[in-house]
Amino acid sequence: MLIKKPNDIKSSEITPPELYLNRRQFIKSASATTLSAGAALAGFDLFQPAPQAYALAKLPDVKKSSYSTTEKQNSLKDITSYNNFYELGVDKGDPARNAKYLTTRPWTVAIEGEVKKPKTYDIDDIMKLAPLEERIYRLRCVEAWSMVIPWIGFPLSALINQVEPTGNAKFIQFVTLLDPKRMPGQQRSLFGNVLDWPYVEGLRMDEAMHPLTILSVGLYSEVLPSQNGAPVRLVVPWKYGFKSIKSIVKVRFVEKQPATAWSLQTPSEYGFYSNVNPEVDHPRWSQATERRIGEFLRRKTLMFNGYGDQVASLYKGMDLRKLY
Amino acid sequence: MFGACLIPFGQLLYNGYQGDLGVNPIETITRFTGSWALIILYVSLCITPLRRLTGWTDLIKFRRMLGLFAFFYALLHFSTFLVLDHFFDFDRIAKDILKRPYVTVGFTGFVLMIPLAVTSTAKMIRRLGKRWQQLHRLVYLVGIAGVIHFYWLVKSDIRRPVQYGAVLAVLLGYRLVKYLLPSGVPRLFQRGTSLKTTAE
Repeated sequence: MLIKKPNDIKSSEITPPELYLNRRQFIKSASATTLSAGAALAGFDLFQPAPQAYALAKLPDVKKSSYSTTEKQNSLKDITSYNNFYELGVDKGDPARNAKYLTTRPWTVAIEGEVKKPKTYDIDDIMKLAPLEERIYRLRCVEAWSMVIPWIGFPLSALINQVEPTGNAKFIQFVTLLDPKRMPGQQRSLFGNVLDWPYVEGLRMDEAMHPLTILSVGLYSEVLPSQNGAPVRLVVPWKYGFKSIKSIVKVRFVEKQPATAWSLQTPSEYGFYSNVNPEVDHPRWSQATERRIGEFLRRKTLMFNGYGDQVASLYKGMDLRKLY
Repeated sequence: MFGACLIPFGQLLYNGYQGDLGVNPIETITRFTGSWALIILYVSLCITPLRRLTGWTDLIKFRRMLGLFAFFYALLHFSTFLVLDHFFDFDRIAKDILKRPYVTVGFTGFVLMIPLAVTSTAKMIRRLGKRWQQLHRLVYLVGIAGVIHFYWLVKSDIRRPVQYGAVLAVLLGYRLVKYLLPSGVPRLFQRGTSLKTTAE
């Protein structure tokens, strides 16, 4: 049922989205009206149709990187139709369905705080800030599933070096767009908000400068789809996915450890560091294993999501049970 | 009614056959079977109030079937957890049941359904007599366990478990009112000519 593919075939060469969408459309019209009626009445929408695909611009001149894993990559369909991006809806399929609302031009990213050269970048300048690289990373969600994703981007350190942090810059806070029109998940609901908007995340300066930490602007040789956090998002592969904040509009250099969205929501369950750690369970579920999307058997979760050789030294002497 | 209860199962098989269970099929199956177990359980809990409010006594015929279908979907849900999710990793499954409150309460709800399913035959109803009704009041606990199970497993969007909880609160609230008010809950429509409220 999942589209398997070797690494050397581009996603665009297999499973043309139109074909696949037409098939889904056909199945939907044939079955959904009758079969889903009960499910719809019950407010239950697991089998909604796939989102409309739209052409995304190609990103040329993308370099390979030695930081990439050689593991089998998840398909573009996996990566773009199963997303946690609450600004576009709380179900995994919602972000793809609501992606059309999140327009990404015009878009600016403001750099503020403890820097010598504060600046508001236009997104098109961000795209050209440094040579684009393909980084094929494992992504481990805090919900105990994982994927392998070929991101395109550049090290966050390239941006940091340009704006010249002052000696007071110890942490960086990132802020997602706040715009309920373009992010329907931010519209108030009867039950209040699932998170405090805008979404905020943060890194310690040494984490932010680490060569594995990237700003991503693309995926599978194309610009980033909206549901994956377009036009620019963070990717920190040794931390749980929610640390990799999407659709960034502000980068603030600060002295004190900044607030982060999930630890604001439930401090007892989500900490600032949120490093992937099979030995520290989520209070409500185990983190020892994970399901790689597309695989049947669970696999063991690796310390720092398998990036321990590169990042373990950042946390020397820290009690990772306390600083989860 | 029998056919209607099979529609979700048919949909699951059909979508599974089409390879159309989403990117994470095991999660899809787990959520789908769990939700339908709860939905059908709550429909089964509607029978008694509806029967009383409408006076349509024939409704009782559906109650056992609905209860058994709720058990059927709960069994599928548990089997998914056992086989597809953990593939008989009993060590991990035992840890989950003991350590994870949402699994503990869900598993408890499922276990409580077993005696109800086993004693659903006409023979057992006859044999147990009055105790049958007492035993089958366990279904209230099953319903509560199901909602708590759902509420404890969501990450932050509590809307759906709260909706389920609200429905259950109405259904159990009806029974509480009926229990507390000696004259019972008045009927909306009376069979026969008397307009007086009949005491139970």
